[in-house]
Amino acid sequence: MKLAVWTYEGPPHVGAMRVATGMRDLHMVLHAPQGDTYADLLFTMIERRDHRPPVSYTTFQARDLGADTAGLFMTAARDAHARFDPQALLVAASCTAELIQDDPGGLAETMGLPVPVIPLELPSYQRKENFGADEAFLQLCRALARPMARTERVTCNILGPTALGFRHRDDLAEITGLLSEMGIEVNVAAPMGASPADIARMGAAHFNVLLYPETAESAARWLEREHDQPFTKTIPIGAHATRAFIEEVRALSGSTLAVDESRLRLPWWAASVDSTYLTGKRVFLFGDGTHVMAAAKVARDEMGFEVCGMGCYNREQARPMRALAKEFGLTALITDDYLDVEAAIEEAAPEMIMGTQMERHIGKRLGIPCAVISAPVHVQDFPARYSPQMGFEGANVLFDTWVHPLVMGLEEHLLVMFREDFEFHDAAGPSHHGSKAQPLPTEATAAHAAADEGGVTPPPAAPPSPDSIVWLGCAERELKKIPFFVRGKARRNTEKFAGEKGLREITVDTLYEAKAHYAR
Amino acid sequence: MTTPPTSGCTDTPVLRERGQREVFCGLTGIIWLHRKMQDAFFLVVGSRTCAHLLQSAAGVMIFAEPRFGTAILEEKDLAGMADANAELDREVARLLERRPDIRQLFLVGSCPSEVIKLDLSRAAERLSEIHAPRVRVLNYSGSGIETTFTEGEDACLAAMVPALPKTEARELLMVGALPDVVEDQALALLDQIGVGPVRCLPAKRAELDAAIGPNTRYALTQPFLGDTHAALQRRGAQRIAAPFPFGAEGTTLWLKAVAAEFGIGPDTVDAVVAAPRARAEKAIAAAAATLQGKRVFFMPDSQLEIPLARFLTRECGMQAIEISTPFLHAELHRPELELIAKGPTISEGQDVDLQLDRVRATRPDLTICGLGLANPLEAEGLATKWAIELVFTPVHFYEQAGDLAALFARPLRRREILRASHPNRMEAAE
Repeated sequence: MKLAVWTYEGPPHVGAMRVATGMRDLHMVLHAPQGDTYADLLFTMIERRDHRPPVSYTTFQARDLGADTAGLFMTAARDAHARFDPQALLVAASCTAELIQDDPGGLAETMGLPVPVIPLELPSYQRKENFGADEAFLQLCRALARPMARTERVTCNILGPTALGFRHRDDLAEITGLLSEMGIEVNVAAPMGASPADIARMGAAHFNVLLYPETAESAARWLEREHDQPFTKTIPIGAHATRAFIEEVRALSGSTLAVDESRLRLPWWAASVDSTYLTGKRVFLFGDGTHVMAAAKVARDEMGFEVCGMGCYNREQARPMRALAKEFGLTALITDDYLDVEAAIEEAAPEMIMGTQMERHIGKRLGIPCAVISAPVHVQDFPARYSPQMGFEGANVLFDTWVHPLVMGLEEHLLVMFREDFEFHDAAGPSHHGSKAQPLPTEATAAHAAADEGGVTPPPAAPPSPDSIVWLGCAERELKKIPFFVRGKARRNTEKFAGEKGLREITVDTLYEAKAHYAR
Repeated sequence: MTTPPTSGCTDTPVLRERGQREVFCGLTGIIWLHRKMQDAFFLVVGSRTCAHLLQSAAGVMIFAEPRFGTAILEEKDLAGMADANAELDREVARLLERRPDIRQLFLVGSCPSEVIKLDLSRAAERLSEIHAPRVRVLNYSGSGIETTFTEGEDACLAAMVPALPKTEARELLMVGALPDVVEDQALALLDQIGVGPVRCLPAKRAELDAAIGPNTRYALTQPFLGDTHAALQRRGAQRIAAPFPFGAEGTTLWLKAVAAEFGIGPDTVDAVVAAPRARAEKAIAAAAATLQGKRVFFMPDSQLEIPLARFLTRECGMQAIEISTPFLHAELHRPELELIAKGPTISEGQDVDLQLDRVRATRPDLTICGLGLANPLEAEGLATKWAIELVFTPVHFYEQAGDLAALFARPLRRREILRASHPNRMEAAE
């Protein structure tokens, strides 16, 4: 038993629903009690889908448990087939139905439905949403993809985009366009937009482009093994990775066509002098493994940030994540407990978080700006505008979205120079965000509050200092004069410096000696 | 209370359906209950699905340290490799250590905990003994195999009733979790009318809990409190039958029924409520201009459907096509059904595909439905109102009556404003 307040991933059947909902002419029958239908609103509200997810829920109740839940399942499956006339049927159990062990797959098989029935094993008490998506897509491929001759021209399949994915809609468009520029047609993009009949003809492609290992790596490996289709390993997020992806595709396809880079603005936007202030900004990255690993490289090599922490919530990516973190001189944080993530961020005191919707809230609580780079998704992650993460346009989007949360360069200077202006103080937040500046507390209230705190101890919101080191009142006041976006770092560096020097008290001098020590 | 001219819809045969239900389970009530009871924590004993539901139903995550969480069952709990009770005790101890402000802990049962027959009532007894007197531990089930959406609040309040202290005092108990502003308005009105003392269930904090006994008279403010009603009767308390306090009419009838029970005549009530009632009627009239003559279809959601259909048909000039509720409690809803003119189909339960066929066949001007159905119906050219907003918005009593009408009018007004640019994707209806 594990106490969870918020979760990064839903249960595995929600992952399977992401596959089914992304596809066409497929229906899923989910053995589940009432209430599990909440999952529909993820798609209709967060993603604003104009159709219900193609899922029938058997809706068993307590009184059915001793009676005939298996009969309910068969009725639901028969009705769903009659009403929706799908090309194939996925059948699965949610967490509760798993416990009553009706074996939906076995039941469906006995019914003699005239379409392929694909049973899914989704162990709800061991695995999570990404596993459910990956497994559902794998089983669809295994059941439907047939051996067939390759297309005459070089084509590929795109694997991974699903419903409710982080920018999958636009990534798919961007990468389809890029491949087309290279003279490569997309045979099938799946799951998003594909029908079971499309899955059946995936074997005609010459190779596969794997966009999201979270949802399609098992299928890519199976297709490689069974259909002799190699797949791309580079995730084209950022200008460097997009170029590496193009090279990889050239090697697989023999394409020699030039790719137009004139739309790519990130490199010049990052190199222009206005961006100097981004140098060495300390960022903490957390999300799904694929997006974090890609973003870490972009942050360091293309934006000039300093990555001070990284990690992912999906254990499946723990190994490559640990290896990459090591390369950055860091230890990866692998956890799905958001309280652990919050503690790690507080400890690292970054100037910006690059995370998920959960980290956005952590940032709000800690007063640290946050850019969203990964699922779990929120209604704001489905913008009306075209906003991919991948390819050259994706690189441009990364620059904009990662810079937006920060206080702009000159404003940052002014805040440092006139940090106690009653209207233009740092707690007001970046001026382009439109939040209202709260007047600073007067000296009297501040002094009163300090007295309440006993004069030397840090206020409760601040991270606790190591037990043996005490901030003197004067040093604490000096620290407060440092703008909020670097205050956490200053506190941490000073304490680390004091610890290394064996100091028990921090004075104003200690603060500035630490500043000089860590000057970059 | 005025005698209604006819028996209304009380004789209308109820269409009972069962099939796929597009509704929330009772766990969802935690979203408002944990805000209402400020010293309570709700610990769901369930699966990752339960945690995901609470997070998704909350829509925007409430990161102001939510007073709820999920103890997620894992493989080893199910396989008997871990003693689920020992695990639960450990998690509760950790939780209470981290949250010393908690005075009431609700262990909330879920579908998986019910299916594996984890006895949470014994766990609550055991944990109460361990953590008394600081923390009172109660349990109820919010599982989807037993409860639909608002029935979770009912189960929670019903679980609190046996623990309430006993009294012989003649007091009014107002039952149902109301937003603070609404509760304050209701208390002020009752005070002016001369009804008192008044207690509330649930109270904001454990130490404010009501005492009950044979002289307690209670009035329900929510229509979904059937089990709480039964639990109160078992304690000897008596219900004041009335329509529910939605709209100017419902509020007036509710107040008059309560006043009559306390020996106060309708004239006194009329005098006290004249001004707020006139304000409510004026505010309703503004929205009713949009709603007048429009046809409304209620899909089942919260059990508020029947009282709200009464409000829309009698005070806003709407015509009801179908009024569907997850569960129809004949006794509690009788005063409402008496007021609704014959005509609409009254249905209980759901087979969502069949019901959607009826929606498409009748093409209502406004369909009240869950979040999973709203955008798909809009895409078919049908205006909708999400039902959940009716539960998450202050809508009771006079000062909110205009807001309540406006909630229904807004989607229609919006369609009118956007008429020129609305995609109105009729092809989706095919």
